[in-house]
Amino acid sequence: MSTPFYVSPQQAMADRAEYARKGIARGRSLVVLQYADGIVFVGENPSRALHKFSEIYDRIGFAAAGKYNEYENLRIGGVRYADLRGYTYDRDDVTARGLANVYAQTLGTIFSSAAEKPYEVELVVAEVGETPEGDQIYRLPHDGSIVDEHGSVAVGGNAEQISSYLDQRHQDGMSLAEALKLAVQSLSREPNGGEREIPAERLEVAVLDRTRPQQRKFKRIVGRQLDRLLEAGGAETATEAEESDDEE
Amino acid sequence: MDFLSEHQPQMLPGKRQLPPVQGVIEAPHGTTIVAVTFPGGVVLAGDRRATMGNVIAQRDIEKVFPADEYSAVGIAGTAGLAVEMVKLFQLELEHFEKVEGATLSLEGKANRLSTMIRSNLGMAMQGLAVVPLFAGFDVDRGKGRIFSYDVTGGRSEEPGYAATGSGSLFARGAMKKLYSNDLTEQQATTLVVQALYDAADDDSATGGPDVARRIYPIVTVITEEGFRRLTDEESSEIARLILERRLEQPDGPRAALL
Repeated sequence: MSTPFYVSPQQAMADRAEYARKGIARGRSLVVLQYADGIVFVGENPSRALHKFSEIYDRIGFAAAGKYNEYENLRIGGVRYADLRGYTYDRDDVTARGLANVYAQTLGTIFSSAAEKPYEVELVVAEVGETPEGDQIYRLPHDGSIVDEHGSVAVGGNAEQISSYLDQRHQDGMSLAEALKLAVQSLSREPNGGEREIPAERLEVAVLDRTRPQQRKFKRIVGRQLDRLLEAGGAETATEAEESDDEE
Repeated sequence: MDFLSEHQPQMLPGKRQLPPVQGVIEAPHGTTIVAVTFPGGVVLAGDRRATMGNVIAQRDIEKVFPADEYSAVGIAGTAGLAVEMVKLFQLELEHFEKVEGATLSLEGKANRLSTMIRSNLGMAMQGLAVVPLFAGFDVDRGKGRIFSYDVTGGRSEEPGYAATGSGSLFARGAMKKLYSNDLTEQQATTLVVQALYDAADDDSATGGPDVARRIYPIVTVITEEGFRRLTDEESSEIARLILERRLEQPDGPRAALL
């Protein structure tokens, strides 16, 4: 009988974390930004059927980078949690904070359990408030920690570079078109410093819009509406550029 | 629903243990619901009365609810159970939509409601029946459709118009004489309020428009645009027009003899 090698707990955790990080880094990045009327989710997604963003409840949206089957599993769990809670108590009693806690517990347990491989996912749970101050965005890395984010957040392969780009340029009170434009710019930056074009068909865009009259604030932006917004964002920056030219 | 029955079965109406009781339990009952289709959609409306035996339990109960964007349920029968059934039904449609990323077909929704009514059969035998009327806009076929149910969950699609509840006999009679298949939305909403007026006229458990308290029937319209509930002003306006005419002709509009 052979004796198993001794692996220190630090080493074991570091290995697992690296495994999960590598898995997440293989996927494409996505960004979540606050704008004047809500929160916008933007990501590059060649598939029309497998969504990265989804509605969880009235005011709560979900975004995930990493392995599809794993985050889909978590998404359905979240929808169940939210619906059961809303049915048992009241629709107002379902909050992003509660949901983020449940996700953190799940991810944390899986990460530290030796029997399972860690999930290769990174999640964002966002809740749109009545006012921009009431918006909440939580980022949940693979190990089950929770990071409370403000303004903008990026997850996925190139997340660090993208989020520093966003941090420098994101402002409160941007219009949807401006926020979308900024998001696409940040996503089209390559790790080596170059840029590439992301066509509208490969973009997945969704919003949590606090001005929507319906109870459910989540909405996917597709087709003509998306084209229109992208054009509007382009036009605005073009006029801004012209104005600054005039000033000079 | 499957998830609920596995994890929290006590939350489901059908799984409840009932104490053995003799006779009928006294609980508020909702009364009359009517629905009419018109080219481009369907109208679902209900009166506002709930009764408990010979007592009026509530004057301003709401018995018509949106089930999702393109459908609505009107409930007759034991109010408490019916409202819970609708809540669970709404939840289930929304849950399906979120998990699957697509909405159920109108047939699918109607079938689901059928199962839920059937699971209530035990309660129905003790006098706590729930008999809803389901109406929706079928996005695939581009028209409004109505489904009526019996207490055992039997489902039937009704062409044109339908009614359920204690005043339904009178409401159906009224609609039979007034309905035609080329109504406008405006005419259809007037027709349902007429039918409810006739039901209230002959059935003591159905409430008519209450001018003194400003309580008017709930009228909802479902079209391609989705579900819309008429505002209090709109429904009071319809009720007022009908009341004015009824002052001259208490039995309402007359149909031709031949």
